[in-house]
Amino acid sequence: MRPDLEIIQQWIAPNSKVLDLGCGDGSLLHYLQTTKNVYGIGLEIDESNIQHCLDRGTNVIEQNLDEGLSNFQSGSFDTVLLAQTLQALSKPDQLIDEMLRIGKNGIVTFPNFGNWKSRLYLASRGRMPVSKFIPHSWYNTPNIHFCTVKDFDALCTQRNIKVLARTVVDLEHQGSWYMKAWPNLLGEIAIYHISKDTD
Amino acid sequence: MPDSIPTDSVGLVIPQVYKFDEPLTLRSGKILREYELVVETYGKLNSEKTNAVLICHALSGDHHAAGYHRENDRKAGWWDSCIGPGKAIDTNLFYVVSLNNLGGCAGSTGPASINPETNKYYGPDFPVVTVRDWVSSQLRLMVQMDIPGWAAVVGGSLGGMQVLRWAISYPDKVRHAVCIAAAPKLSAQNIAFNEVARHSITSDRDFHEGRYLEKSTYPKQGLMLARMVGHITYLSDSAMRAKFGKSVSNFEQDTAENFGRDLRSGKLSFGFDVDFQVESYLHYQGERFSENFDANTYLLMTKALDYFDPTVDFEGDLSKAFANSDCKFLLMSFSTDWRFPPERSREIVADLLKAGREVSYLEIVADQGHDAFLLPIPRYIEALSGYLQRVHQENGSDAP
Repeated sequence: MRPDLEIIQQWIAPNSKVLDLGCGDGSLLHYLQTTKNVYGIGLEIDESNIQHCLDRGTNVIEQNLDEGLSNFQSGSFDTVLLAQTLQALSKPDQLIDEMLRIGKNGIVTFPNFGNWKSRLYLASRGRMPVSKFIPHSWYNTPNIHFCTVKDFDALCTQRNIKVLARTVVDLEHQGSWYMKAWPNLLGEIAIYHISKDTD
Repeated sequence: MPDSIPTDSVGLVIPQVYKFDEPLTLRSGKILREYELVVETYGKLNSEKTNAVLICHALSGDHHAAGYHRENDRKAGWWDSCIGPGKAIDTNLFYVVSLNNLGGCAGSTGPASINPETNKYYGPDFPVVTVRDWVSSQLRLMVQMDIPGWAAVVGGSLGGMQVLRWAISYPDKVRHAVCIAAAPKLSAQNIAFNEVARHSITSDRDFHEGRYLEKSTYPKQGLMLARMVGHITYLSDSAMRAKFGKSVSNFEQDTAENFGRDLRSGKLSFGFDVDFQVESYLHYQGERFSENFDANTYLLMTKALDYFDPTVDFEGDLSKAFANSDCKFLLMSFSTDWRFPPERSREIVADLLKAGREVSYLEIVADQGHDAFLLPIPRYIEALSGYLQRVHQENGSDAP
């Protein structure tokens, strides 16, 4: 399993209902079904990923997240996941609102553009960062809405979203005390557990 | 005609007739005192009886879904592309049951059968049956065949509606519901096309108020016209351009020079006879159909379509209809299907989600319109195959 998924699964309660937006090949949902007995539905648009889901018996619905989630009832899931997909959405803020309408809580992971490597690349070369971590050129990238840990924190404040937990890790998904101290500078992948702030 | 029967075919099949003496009370309130259903089966029922798959046919389908009746048959069964050893509905793994529905004209009791009470053809006296009635009769067939339940019920179009009805009425008898190119109920446009078809049949002077068989005739022109109209709704614009345009070599030619306007004889006649290939194709399809299909059955099948609405018992809320549908669902639709377009399948999916059901849904890009569900479109076949492999694995690894 992808290491960020390893972290995510710890926040998912047994027997809960999970909606996975951009579920990929369904490996996380399959794991949650078999180990935590969750009711899981995945959304995906990539044909080969969808086939993998069918092959392993994971529920998958072919649906483009950019076309909205109006077919899902409010409060119909416990947890709505959005793993490494936020930056590829046309309206990420609206989708996060939708996640918290449909789910009691949400989990969002994204590549942190505020990481020192991105900063250094842009500062020293004056060009959009291209790396193993962000392998696309600016003109053909699916990632159209990069943000930083600070940007996401600001969005949560603005939208009254409560951050239940936040973790940043490196590409090997290892955390450390210094990443905790300077998450926006040192974290490469940000993982947020969020809910609507009902206070 | 195949020179020899292909190795991935179920081969020669012999239909069997099941008789039912227990009266069946229909949705209309009418009672069918006795009836017969003609059935084909492919593959073997395993010792635990857990591998049975029911195939539900569409408007003009019948029990002959796969294989051949005779060595020199020109064509295989209507869903031979999907049913057979190693195919998507793999007869090495599953025991596949396919029947002709009640009211049909391929061997099951229907308007062209003899009414035992009068010793005449039923004709228009055969009661209008609904999807619900079909599923009730399919349940009785299941019991008579000593099958405890279905690993999967599978159907496209009107067949998909029967799948939904199974999941709603008998959820404990179905483990997987595979509903392809269907709709939760017909739209006004769908009903309108059906009414054109019906009107063309009933206004044929050989219709004789449905008693044409007694007069040894049949409403050939009306049935032809009904089929021609129907056929257009099964195809997409792009499929027709491709089929009837010489300059077109594949389905992705919106820019095709002649828009599928190939001429039959190379020049215009400046008369009112057939000029274009598409015209002669429709005539041929209509003619062939009219020779093989009973007009009263066509009327009945289109009514069953029009009447299908599983929400009638659930305050118009389909999600409530699915409240107890504890099976898993697979739905698929096709991008150019304008008879039951993807939106209609998405409606079903939304209500299944609202009901908290286990559901997968695929929207297959295909240019062939509604007909796509009968065709070997690679992504569609792979999805169906992958899904049913899982169904088989759930059964345990027991070979049939």
